[in-house]
Amino acid sequence: MTPTRKRRLIAVALILVAVGIATVLTVLALQQNMTYLFSPSEVLAGHTPGGANFRLGGVVLEHSIKRDSTSLKVDFVVTDRFHDMPVEYTGILPDLFREGQSIVATGKMENGHFVAQQVLAKHDETYMPKEVAEAIAKAKAMKRDVPATPPQG
Amino acid sequence: MLPELGQFALILALLLALVQCVLPIYGAWRGNAALIAVGRRAAAGQFVFVALAFGILTYAFVSQDFSVAYVAENSNLSLPWYYRFSAVWGAHEGSLLLWILILNVWTVAVAAFSRRLPDAFMARVLGVLGFVSLGFLLFTALTSNPFLRHLPALADGNDLNPVLQDPGLIMHPPMLYTGYVGFSVAFAFAIAALLGGEVDARWVRWSRPWTNVAWAFLTLGIALGSWWSYYVLGWGGWWFWDPVENASFMPWLVGTALIHSQAVTEKRGSFRAWTLLLAIFAFSLSLLGTFLVRSGVLTSVHAFASDPRRGVFILVFLGIVVGGSLLIYALRAPKVAGGEVFAAVSRETAILINNLLFACAAAMVLLGTLYPLIGDALNLGRISIGPPYFGFMFALLMLPVVLLIPFGPFLRWRVGDWRAALRALRPALIAAPLIALAAWMIAGGLPFKALIGVAASIWVGFGIVLYALSRWRNAPAGRRYTPEMLGMICAHFGVAVFLAGVLIVEATGVERDLRMSKGSTVEIGTLTFRFDGVGHTQGPNYSADQGTITVLRQGEIVTVLHPQKRQYPNNAPIQTVASIDPGITRDLYVALGEPLGDDGAWAVRVYVKPFVHWIWLGAIFMMLGGFVAAADRRFRVMRAPTAEIAAPPAAVAAAQT
Repeated sequence: MTPTRKRRLIAVALILVAVGIATVLTVLALQQNMTYLFSPSEVLAGHTPGGANFRLGGVVLEHSIKRDSTSLKVDFVVTDRFHDMPVEYTGILPDLFREGQSIVATGKMENGHFVAQQVLAKHDETYMPKEVAEAIAKAKAMKRDVPATPPQG
Repeated sequence: MLPELGQFALILALLLALVQCVLPIYGAWRGNAALIAVGRRAAAGQFVFVALAFGILTYAFVSQDFSVAYVAENSNLSLPWYYRFSAVWGAHEGSLLLWILILNVWTVAVAAFSRRLPDAFMARVLGVLGFVSLGFLLFTALTSNPFLRHLPALADGNDLNPVLQDPGLIMHPPMLYTGYVGFSVAFAFAIAALLGGEVDARWVRWSRPWTNVAWAFLTLGIALGSWWSYYVLGWGGWWFWDPVENASFMPWLVGTALIHSQAVTEKRGSFRAWTLLLAIFAFSLSLLGTFLVRSGVLTSVHAFASDPRRGVFILVFLGIVVGGSLLIYALRAPKVAGGEVFAAVSRETAILINNLLFACAAAMVLLGTLYPLIGDALNLGRISIGPPYFGFMFALLMLPVVLLIPFGPFLRWRVGDWRAALRALRPALIAAPLIALAAWMIAGGLPFKALIGVAASIWVGFGIVLYALSRWRNAPAGRRYTPEMLGMICAHFGVAVFLAGVLIVEATGVERDLRMSKGSTVEIGTLTFRFDGVGHTQGPNYSADQGTITVLRQGEIVTVLHPQKRQYPNNAPIQTVASIDPGITRDLYVALGEPLGDDGAWAVRVYVKPFVHWIWLGAIFMMLGGFVAAADRRFRVMRAPTAEIAAPPAAVAAAQT
C-alpha cells in the first residue's frame, strides 16, 4: 500500500467513524425527545407508551376546571367528545386556555390521570390545531373499536 | 381606484420580472449586447412598480380604507398611527409584498454598485434575481392578492393581531427579510458564475460584502425576534427551537459557514465548489424558511396562511429553484475545483472545521424541524421533537467551535503553527479558569454550567483581544486593522458576549410561578418581591388589568413593576405584557398569569434573569462585525483592475458583439 493510499484510507475510516457516531447520537437524541400526540380515546385504548411522555390533544371540557385554593394546581378534563381524560397541572396556564378551547398538553399518565408538565393553547380561538382536529376525527373513527367502558389503567 | 392601481402595478412588475429573467440570460448566452443591457432597466422598472404597489397598500392602511379586504382584516379605527405602517406586513399578503420589495431593493443596489463587473456576468446575475422575483410575484398574483376588495366597505376593520402590536415587531420582519433575501445575491452570483461556465474566484470577492451585509441583517432580525418573544410572550424564554425560529436559524448557520468559506475562496482560491454550494444552500434554506412559515404546514403563531394552493405553489417553486440550481451545480462544478494546497494545520483547515460543524448544525436543525412533517406525511403519527434534542445536539456541535475560535486568527494561511498559536493564547488559557474560579467565589457558589459559560466567554473574548493586541504590536502603523479584520474581531467578540449571556442565564436564572395575594412577598436572593394587587388601566386601543409589584432590597425600593393583561377590542385573545427592569448584570421580570378565586389572588411569574441582555448584546456585536467587514475598501478598490484584467474572454467577446 502506497503512503498516499494509506493516508486516504485513514481519512476515509475516520470520516466513516465520525459519521457513524454522529448518526447514533442524532438517532438517540431524536428518540428521547420525540413525543407522539394522542386523543383521550387512544390513551384509554392503551395506545400510549407506558411511563413515557406523550402529548394529549383535545378540548377542555366545559365546567371541568377546578383550582386548588392554596397553590397553582389546577384540575380539568380534556375530551375528544367521546372519552374524557382528567388532567392535573401545576403552573400558569396560557392566555388562551379556557373551557371549550382546544389544547395540547405534554406529560404522562400517573394513576389513571394525566399529569401535564406543559399546556399549550392555540392562538386563534376559532381555530382548532390541525393536530387536535385530527385526533378528534380519529376518535370518531375509533368509536366502534373502543369498548364503551374504558379499560382499567 | 387606488387599490386597483396597486394591483395593476404588481402585474406590470410581474411582466418586467419576466423580461428581466429571460432577456439578459438569453442575451448573455447569444452575446447580444442590446439584450444584456435590458437587465438593469427592467430591474429599475420593476422596482418602481413594486414600490408603487407597496406605497399604495401602506396608504390604504394609513387612510383606513376598509374596502380593501386585507386592510379590514388587519387594522381598525383605533389602531395607533405607527402600527398602521407595520400592519402592512402584519399578515400573509403584505409580508409577501414586503419580501418582494426588499428583493427589488437588493437587485437595484446590486445593479447600481456593480457597474465595473463584466456586462454578461451582470446580465446573468440580474436574470437569476429576476427569476426569483418572478416566482414571488406570480405567487402574489395567483394566490395572495393584497388588493382584493371587500365591497361594500366595512365601517370598521377587525384588528391587527395584538401580539404584533409592539415596537419590536415593527422592525423584526423587515430586518429578517432583508437577511433572507440578501442571500439571493450570493446565490445569483453563484448561479451566474456556474451558468457562464467561467468560474474563478472573482465573483466571490464581488459577492462577499453583499453576503456579509445580508448575514448581519439576518443576525439582527433573529435577535429582534428573540428579544420580542422574551418580553411579549410572557414566558421569559429567549429561544424555543420553535419550527419558525428554526426556519430563520438554518439560513443563518449556513450563512455563517458561507461568509467564512468565501474568505478562503477569495484569498486562497480553495473551497471554490464548496462556496458555490453553500451559497445555493443558504438561499434555498431561506426559501424553505419562507415555505415553512407561509404555507401553513406548521401549526404556529406565524402560520397565518392555511390555503393549500399556497403551500403547493411554494413547494413547486422551491423544487424548481433548489433542483435547478443543484443540477446546474452538478453539471458545472467539476470544472471549478482546484485552488491552493494547504497543510493540515492552517487557517484553511480551521475554517474547514468551522464549515463542517456549522453545516452539520444546519442539517441537524433541518432534520429535527422536518421530521414531524415527514412523519405526518408517512402516517407515522403526530410526532413532535422536543427542544432538548436541539439543545443537546447544538451544544455538542458548537463545543469544538468555541474551543477552536481563538486559534483561527492566529493560524497563518497555507501552513500554520499551532504551538505558536497556543503560546500566543496562553494568557487566555490561564485567565479563563482563574476568572471562572473568581466568579465562583464572588457569587458564593455557581452551577457548573455557569462556570463553563464564564470560562468559555473569557477564552473566546480574551483570545480575540490577544489577537488584536498582537496586530497592534507586530503590524506597521496604519495597516494594523483593515475593516475586514475589525469586523472579524468584533463578531468573534460578540460570540464571547453571547456565550456568557446564554450559559449564565440558563444555569442561574430563577423562575418562580406563584400564587400571590395582595401584600404577599417572595424572596429571591437578596431581593424581595411584594405583590401590591391589580388595578385597571386604559391604553390607546385596549383596556388592561395592571398589577403592581414592588421590588425591595433590605427595605429599600429597587423598582416598581407594572405587568399587564391587555384586552383588545373585537374579542381578541388576552395579551400578557411582562414588566421588566433591565440591567447589565440581571433582569427582573414579572408577568401576570390569571386571577385565582375571588380573594384578589393572582398567578404571577417572578423571574430573575442574570446577564440575559448579553445574549442580544452579543448578537449586536456580531451584526456590527458583519457590517464593518463589508465596508472594507478592498472589496471596491480591487474591483476595477481585477475586472479589467481578468475579464473572461467569453465575456469580452460577448460585450463586443
